[in-house]
Amino acid sequence: MKHEFECIIVGSGGAGLYAALETSAKAKTAVLSKLYPVRSHTGAAQGGISAALGNREEDKPEWHAFDTIKGGDYLVDQKAAMILAQDAVQAVYDLENRGLPFSRTHDGRIDQRRFGGHTRNFGEGPVRRACYAADRTGHMILQTLYQQCIKNKVSFYDEFQVIDVILDGRDCKGVIAVELATGEVHTFGAKAVLFATGGFGRIFKVTSNAFANTGDGPAVLARRGIPLQDMEFFQFHPTGIKGLGILITEAVRGEGGILINREGKPFMKTYAPTLLDLAPRDMVSRAIMTEIQAGRGMRGDGKIDDWVHLDATHLGAQVLNAKLPDITDFCKTYLGVDPSQGAIPVLPTAHYAMGGIPTDLDGRVLADEKGTVVNGLYAAGECACVSVHGANRLGTNSLLDLVVFGRRAGIHIGDYVKIADAPELPADAAGRAKKWISRLTDGKTGPHGGDISEEMQVVMMEKVGIYRNQGKMDQAVQTIQNLRETYETVRVQDRTKPFNTDLLETIELKNLLDLALVTAVSASARTESRGAHSREDFPERDDDNWLKHTLAFLDSNKVSLAYKDVDTSIWDPKPRTY
Amino acid sequence: MKIILKIQRFNPETDEAPVFQEYTVDADPTDRLLDALIQVKQYQDGTLGFRKSCAHGVCGSDAMQINGKDGLACKTLVKDVADQDGSVVEISPLSHLPIQRDLIVDQDKFFSQYRTIKPYLINNEPVLEKERIQSPEQRQAFDDATNCILCASCYSACPILKVNADFLGPAALAQGYRFIADSRDNGFEDRLLQLDHPDGSWACKNHFECTRACPRQIKITKRINQTKQMIKAHRESKGEPINDGAK
Repeated sequence: MKHEFECIIVGSGGAGLYAALETSAKAKTAVLSKLYPVRSHTGAAQGGISAALGNREEDKPEWHAFDTIKGGDYLVDQKAAMILAQDAVQAVYDLENRGLPFSRTHDGRIDQRRFGGHTRNFGEGPVRRACYAADRTGHMILQTLYQQCIKNKVSFYDEFQVIDVILDGRDCKGVIAVELATGEVHTFGAKAVLFATGGFGRIFKVTSNAFANTGDGPAVLARRGIPLQDMEFFQFHPTGIKGLGILITEAVRGEGGILINREGKPFMKTYAPTLLDLAPRDMVSRAIMTEIQAGRGMRGDGKIDDWVHLDATHLGAQVLNAKLPDITDFCKTYLGVDPSQGAIPVLPTAHYAMGGIPTDLDGRVLADEKGTVVNGLYAAGECACVSVHGANRLGTNSLLDLVVFGRRAGIHIGDYVKIADAPELPADAAGRAKKWISRLTDGKTGPHGGDISEEMQVVMMEKVGIYRNQGKMDQAVQTIQNLRETYETVRVQDRTKPFNTDLLETIELKNLLDLALVTAVSASARTESRGAHSREDFPERDDDNWLKHTLAFLDSNKVSLAYKDVDTSIWDPKPRTY
Repeated sequence: MKIILKIQRFNPETDEAPVFQEYTVDADPTDRLLDALIQVKQYQDGTLGFRKSCAHGVCGSDAMQINGKDGLACKTLVKDVADQDGSVVEISPLSHLPIQRDLIVDQDKFFSQYRTIKPYLINNEPVLEKERIQSPEQRQAFDDATNCILCASCYSACPILKVNADFLGPAALAQGYRFIADSRDNGFEDRLLQLDHPDGSWACKNHFECTRACPRQIKITKRINQTKQMIKAHRESKGEPINDGAK
């Protein structure tokens, strides 16, 4: 079936919904989402959204921008970070005015709390900058934006899986999607397409990410020649529930929780003497792994699945219930631990992709290191790379990124569709997608994707995880290449049309394999340590050679790399200490 | 331990009616039931259909009936529903919604009823301050209702929907309360037609099954009763009768 819109938005998390609110007022818009919109992973974000409102103490957007840049180990584009911090204030008020139920101060204003890496006066000490709704901030943002989309009668195509993009030279003309309920392949022509498909933590074995976080947008674009930027930078959140990877928000430490080792000692003062447990995530995750490797994990055997304790007992049941109710519930449900009574066993968990589809400040996708714009193609949110997170994202800046850059992309699309011509689609636009599905469902015998998925996740976790070196990463690249070869012989067991989730997951697996390859190749080439990319064989940051963004081009089985400059127009890079 | 998942299967392309199929899986007592379902799908039978996403009870994808009780497969641990080797866990799709495939139901009606109560802040007054001021106590008044993840467990558990398919249902009513109890909202009268209706809040007969099923611990029945009180007070102040369908 063929459809024509002015604007197609792929993905219905925070970035997609915010953009949809902007575009639907000016352009005939449809949102395609493989999940019902309220199921998107924005809803799992817990701790907060930062903005220098100054409701609790003095704060300035300039401080916020600086913290973001330093937190990102100076790989952040500085004008983008300034826009993020400046637009943050109005973005939060706008969400409140649209109904978001923020937690409140005694005088009825939006309450704010501390979060990792957010400081007053350029690093003097922690500042209360994170606006929050208990530990359900992402849920409230997602709900509020969906509610506004209902109010504004935005059109949704729920449970449509996008599997290809229609590109003609430097022009985007639409997307190809499978309707899950029927298995039918649909062609959506559009003047503008925004990808807002979220992250891809599912390339790793232990992750806080939802099953749906399979990087569909970046993978679809990469297979059509669009580069992916800074893919070697993947954030491991320090506090995932041991074994499960379920997120325990940094707000636990923002409210006063402390990490302790098997000797019962708080250990962060060794690693970050000023900010302690509120140091940026990459540093805290490395500190935990260092403690574990030194035999000071709770089991004490130094193995990769040992863990440390996050102690929040001193906060008391009242504070935990009022400010951290969901994580209290998670601990009780999955661990049988009441965090007011006992410490929470935690281990770093793959959490957030700093890298993604390269865009300019208005969400327009860039095709190369020279900054050539692809007309009508946009990206926003975790799948995109503006870059405001650089080599390591600060907590709360992801929700902020969604609303600030989702909105900016939406506004730009609203103007762009007025001057763009209606697309003329090639007759065989859906050809490649249909061929792929036919191959997977042709009834021939072949391996199932389940084992491939498991092997990919384990190799990425062990060899492209928190600590990396050349040998491990080269092995990972080889293993992923072998798995991608095996994938070409995979067949699904389910050959029927309605809700063929076997087919859906096998398509998602291809996306993950492609992104795992790009991640491993980008990482193995960067011979320095910066932010979340931490190498045992190159432990120092190397600004002379590596103060630059990676652009990785996937060309069937080959990844080629190019580089582009970082915008350091406001602050000169300095050593990063806390 | 080894447990047996007895799962209701239905594929509209090939089946006349739903049938149960059994799978044996190795599971730890502390595994999520969702983990056991994934084990089947990943290694035994790729054709099994169910929804999943966040896997820790915040997205609402994997609501289903587990041993007859409505809830999320990712918030149900194996030990909650199976106590020994060979235990059988019966799993079926949610009630009151059409089955699309195996454990997947069509939620269009559920969401369309949600939309009818205008689930968004209604307030056309200009904002004088940067944020609308709301005290912690005012914020607390509707707190639990904001936790709804629209998973439809309550909808499936509700005994009224068995006999009255037009009932708005517990989730939509709880979301109605979420807004009319918000000190920033002025939309009480905009929602009155839906709430003050024989198929609206008055259809609820206090069975409390929704409250028991809710994986987010929302006191749904209580919120519906508070809604009824607000309707009564409003109608009394205007000298109007309530529209509960009573003769």
